[in-house]
Amino acid sequence: MDNCDCIPKLYGISTCSHCRAARKLLDKYNIEYDYIQVDDLKGEEREAMIKIIKALNPRCSFPTIEINKDTVIVGNKENDIKKALGITR
Amino acid sequence: MNLEQLYDTLKKSQEKKGAFFNKDKDLVFELLESLQLNKERYGYMACPCRLASGDREHDKDIICPCEYREADMAEFGTCYCGLYVSEKVKNLEMEPTYVPERRPAEKIL
Repeated sequence: MDNCDCIPKLYGISTCSHCRAARKLLDKYNIEYDYIQVDDLKGEEREAMIKIIKALNPRCSFPTIEINKDTVIVGNKENDIKKALGITR
Repeated sequence: MNLEQLYDTLKKSQEKKGAFFNKDKDLVFELLESLQLNKERYGYMACPCRLASGDREHDKDIICPCEYREADMAEFGTCYCGLYVSEKVKNLEMEPTYVPERRPAEKIL
């Protein structure tokens, strides 16, 4: 999976139902995205990732969805996610 | 303890405290399974929707039921991960809404 900046990034936790629901939503509409499962990370990699997430979402809550450089959605807010991705169905 | 036993045990103890399981049973069992997984992984039932540090003392505020449940249920009708709902929500007198993270960000390591 290439890590180009153009596709959305979803930062989540393996055990979080909101994160699972948000992933299911993106999959349902065939939206390609990078998924970063933060609870798998350790040490410096984890620290660096938390810093990135806190820059996007100061609360550092999950899911944090970086749609693009200008749009970050915190939580599984279905309507906001669909609107940001131009999904009208 | 299997999931059914955990469900029954918690249902009894938590309803006394005014916290009721979400009516979405699939979600409840998914979350109970995650709590058991966290118990195995970290040694304590860290909230499934929060990033656990692995340090029990540091994470005592997010050991389920978390310290934020009372305030979240009162304000939003549900706890952060959706496992528990308030009596009002259970009695269909209130609709649960999205719960923003109440935990101080500096605690997230």
